[in-house]
Amino acid sequence: MVKPAVKESMKAASAEQVATAEQAAAEKAAEKKHPAPRAKIGSAEPKKTVSVTIDRCQVSVPENATILEAAKSAGINIPTLCYLKDLNEIGACRICIVEIEGIEQLVASCNNVVLDGMVIHTNSPRVREARKANLEFLLSRHSSNCTSCVRSGNCSLQSLSNQFGISELPYKVELGKTDWPQDFPLVRDANKCIHCLRCIQVCDHIQNVGVWDLSNRSSHTCVGVKGGAPITETGCTLCGQCITHCPTGALRERDDTDRVFNAIADPEKTVVVQIAPAVRAAWGESLGLSKEEATVERMATALRALGIDYVFDTSFAADLTIMEEGSEFLAKLGNANDASEKFPLFTSCCPGWVRYAKSKHPEIVDQLSSAKSPGQMFGAVAKSYFAEILDVDPKNMFVVEIMPCLAKKSEVAIPAMNDACGEPDVDISLTVREMNRMFNAACLDVASLEEGELDQPLGTYTGAGVIFGATGGVMEAALRTAHVIATGEDVEADAFKDVRGQDGWKEATFDMDGKPLRVAIAHGLANAEKLVTALNKGEVAYDFVEVMACPGGCVGGGGQPIHDGEELAEKRGEVLWDLDKKSKLRKSHLNPAIQAAYKDYLGEPLSHKAHKLLHTDHHSWQMPAEKKAAKQK
Amino acid sequence: MARLHVMERSEAQQVVDNLHSALESRLSVSSLAPCPVEFTAAYIAMCATQSCGKCTPCRVGLNNLHTLFNDVLENRATEETLDLIEKTARSIYLSADCAIGYEAANMALTAIQGFRDDFESHLKNHACNFNQSELVPCVSGCPAGVDIPGYISLVEAGRNTDAVRLIRKDNPLPLVCGYVCEHPCEMYCRRGMVDDPMNIRGLKRYAVDHMEEDYRPIMAEKTGKNVAIVGGGPAGLSAAYYLAIMGHDVTIFEARKHLGGMLRYGIPNYRLPRKLLDQEIQWILDCGIDVKLDHRVEDVQELRDNFDAVYMAIGAHGENQLGLEGEDAHGVISAVEMLRAIGDDIHPDFTGKKVCVIGGGNVAMDVARSSVRCGADKTTIVYRRRVADMTAQDEEIAGAREEGCELLELHAPVRIETKDGQVTGLVVQPQIIGGLKRGRPAPREAEAEEFTIPCDIVAVAIGQAIESDVFAEQGVPTKWNRIVAAEDGSVEGLPGLFAGGDCQSGPATVIRAVNAGKIAAGNIDEYLGFNHTISNDIELPPIQFKGKTSCARCEMVEREANERIEDFELVEKGLTDQEAHQEASRCLRCDHFGFGAFRGGRINQW
Repeated sequence: MVKPAVKESMKAASAEQVATAEQAAAEKAAEKKHPAPRAKIGSAEPKKTVSVTIDRCQVSVPENATILEAAKSAGINIPTLCYLKDLNEIGACRICIVEIEGIEQLVASCNNVVLDGMVIHTNSPRVREARKANLEFLLSRHSSNCTSCVRSGNCSLQSLSNQFGISELPYKVELGKTDWPQDFPLVRDANKCIHCLRCIQVCDHIQNVGVWDLSNRSSHTCVGVKGGAPITETGCTLCGQCITHCPTGALRERDDTDRVFNAIADPEKTVVVQIAPAVRAAWGESLGLSKEEATVERMATALRALGIDYVFDTSFAADLTIMEEGSEFLAKLGNANDASEKFPLFTSCCPGWVRYAKSKHPEIVDQLSSAKSPGQMFGAVAKSYFAEILDVDPKNMFVVEIMPCLAKKSEVAIPAMNDACGEPDVDISLTVREMNRMFNAACLDVASLEEGELDQPLGTYTGAGVIFGATGGVMEAALRTAHVIATGEDVEADAFKDVRGQDGWKEATFDMDGKPLRVAIAHGLANAEKLVTALNKGEVAYDFVEVMACPGGCVGGGGQPIHDGEELAEKRGEVLWDLDKKSKLRKSHLNPAIQAAYKDYLGEPLSHKAHKLLHTDHHSWQMPAEKKAAKQK
Repeated sequence: MARLHVMERSEAQQVVDNLHSALESRLSVSSLAPCPVEFTAAYIAMCATQSCGKCTPCRVGLNNLHTLFNDVLENRATEETLDLIEKTARSIYLSADCAIGYEAANMALTAIQGFRDDFESHLKNHACNFNQSELVPCVSGCPAGVDIPGYISLVEAGRNTDAVRLIRKDNPLPLVCGYVCEHPCEMYCRRGMVDDPMNIRGLKRYAVDHMEEDYRPIMAEKTGKNVAIVGGGPAGLSAAYYLAIMGHDVTIFEARKHLGGMLRYGIPNYRLPRKLLDQEIQWILDCGIDVKLDHRVEDVQELRDNFDAVYMAIGAHGENQLGLEGEDAHGVISAVEMLRAIGDDIHPDFTGKKVCVIGGGNVAMDVARSSVRCGADKTTIVYRRRVADMTAQDEEIAGAREEGCELLELHAPVRIETKDGQVTGLVVQPQIIGGLKRGRPAPREAEAEEFTIPCDIVAVAIGQAIESDVFAEQGVPTKWNRIVAAEDGSVEGLPGLFAGGDCQSGPATVIRAVNAGKIAAGNIDEYLGFNHTISNDIELPPIQFKGKTSCARCEMVEREANERIEDFELVEKGLTDQEAHQEASRCLRCDHFGFGAFRGGRINQW
């Protein structure tokens, strides 16, 4: 995982020497961080296979395979509901139950292993009857208003219910009281919750945030905010992973599409849309588009068909972020001898991560890059630079961002994000799901639309801007440009590709002008937590760290289309890396639109104007934990 | 038509009776974690089923009360609801015609007055007041949190050494606990809902008795820090073990000739053989622990000056006095004194003597049974309450009875009769049992004459005292002679000083002392600036679903009473291979089935 090698193409006075020293240091760090796991006593021998009979079909499967896996390998499909591989194998819904000869009770197939000679029936009358009964139990506590549910057509409970032919319930439907602040970006309907407990697991184990918990007991047991606290008082990062892992419509985003439709209908408003890099990798999934069809250019046409005036690309602003954040980083490096300069610099383009850091690690908030996220940079530039070009009153400009993200809904509402004209730089942040709902509401046959060019000048971008949407992408983009600025020497764009990949916590060391540059990337906040903990303990040391709240980066974002049981971040990420590979320009500073923006308007990176428009103070607003801490003081 | 019928149970009645006994055994499996409000609501509903329906408060009131409870549970209640619950319960309690009504209402009153906070939490947060932390019932019930399903699965797999290793992650005294643990875990065992709880202690003992080989623990790098432990009982030994494997230099200061504390000086050989105890202690000492025997610590400050941290685990070895006339006579001995002498292999000779033992706890049983073994002609246990009220474990009481001890319940000692300074008898006053006082039935003087039980020896076993005065004088905070320590074992105002075990909690059980020592070790490690973790390094066998098969519990058997009273050798026989295997296979594996599947069935490190 640790890639200490110094790139050949890079300038290095004594590359070998550096490599050895770095290697030793890196290995030492790795040792501390990942102590070689002791082999457990009594560890099983290499896997043997066992022979089992499933539905009269004899199969040979590895010892310790679950019944579910064994059946799958035999081509037999066992329905599941609460099950989520590796994360939630708890046998709670009792839908995946099967019958085993010689055992009276039915057995959950998701978390019980096959034994040699086991005879399993996955579809016996008793199994069918019990499965159906459990579904009926769930439905008797479920608000089945499918006609007005955002997950209709993409709901595991609905499809199972259809599959089992449930047309009427033998039980009375009893629903509880629900109470949720509807203006919060994350909306929960307790009456659609089927207690699969996935949200708790994701929030605890993948994100280390712990918003959700079970409260109460017996028939009153419910999933909700831990301790019954209001959601607005928690450290919820709004990563949205609970939404994308919810099998039903119990969790969703606040729907802001009407506000966008209203702006479009308002003749006074110039409506400008920016599309985030990761959106192009996923938006077509739920619209039935192939990867080839689902281009950003086709999306542009669809958005124009809705009545949007200008369609731009957040990737442009990502290039701008690189200029600002990269310059900030180099300035910080130049200051490295000053003891008060604390390293590493953390990226700040992920609002979920910023919310997490502010809640859980106030000690590092000053090390977050002051550069705004690309979305916010875009808004500030649109309502200043572009408004001047158009000669419109920025107050009549309505900026919409299409994001793979839920936390962006809270970011656009940060009061200080109003640097262009005193009003919010970005008016509305929509998830990909909301954008697709708008297309549906407008009865667009997206597949039949021609591709269209993005508008200019904020629609020109480099491959470096596009990879912002995948883990490691911000770091790679930053290194591509920072290296040139620092050394004056151009290296190939792929020189920093060691930062790619799906490991939760990646490290690499590069040579920058003879000095080792230590970088790290974490995605998934539990991984970020490990990294920050190790940093705080002095077990590791880095110069620059990229953190993305969602596993896989924005491509795995909480605002992306939902596919129950599938983790698509890696596949979507490949789309972005592929687009980068095919780009003519792959370094942000080479983007002519960026060059023009600095020349004509912003001056230079970190200039006074750039500071006003493109940087922010992370202390200008507070998370609940910060408010609490301030109160205690 | 016959005039009278023989009472015969119909088949339906038989089924109802079975339901009754199922409910009884289900309730006897204490659950550590039901919501108190939920539990009381269900209890009231259950009570209402017993109402004959004649009287208003019981017929209507209990049902209304239940509805109000449901309002609380379903988030419809306000403060007024709580007041109404209290008022309703009071009215039913005061006006019901029979116990069915007033006892049910009394329960509701106790609930709303006893845990109103829980009701308030439902009102305010729409959530229970407590943390849903119960992972696995038996593990939650074990003060030391031993991974019980884990080691049972290892016993089942024939890996006894691994089972012992796993136990030692949380409890470095598996042998001691295999022989004498009070096994609170078994009270929570979910298998009790099916037939009987698991014989957990029996399986632990089987594992230690059948280890395939010995092993040594993995020792952390030396830290260069030193810790003094005052007292070599179960708390001190546990702390010493964990601190030693964390790499600290540990010295135990023991006032007596041998280590073990109450394990040696309180529990007789026939329950816990000295030879085995010594082996277990030596195994711990082999971690490189220094021991200073016969070294009574008097100066805490000196220790604090010479060590980086100090753990006080001096136990409760003082004697409690009866305060009766004649107590200073020759022949009056304290339980502590007698058991201590036996612990040092000095057996008193009671041949031809009559012994009266005063008390009803485990120590009283130990003293009585030891007296029998010391040759006493007659041993009488005198207790002012009933046998049913004794605090001794049932098996200890039964053991004493089998060995010929008389149990004279409901007799309070009045004075000791003497002749020439020598005990000649114990005068007792018959008692009558009365109402509950602080949860226990209180005896009072019966309308009967006092009389004398002729005897030569009076052994006083009415609890132990903590000898903490010397430390209190040096500024160690105490309350009722107990050393006052925080939850983490630290002693306020004296940095680096920790305390735990009997001297902090008052006389308690071995497993609670183990827990105290474990907690102290973790917190001392942290105090010293480290963060060592003790983790499970055993791969557990995969869990296999066996389904529900009916199988009752195997008990350990004892040597015949008339044989065992001749010596101090071990009374209890361990489970046989066949029994242990069958018993282990009964485990329902709550670490995998039920809530354990969600929150994870084990804590792999601490």
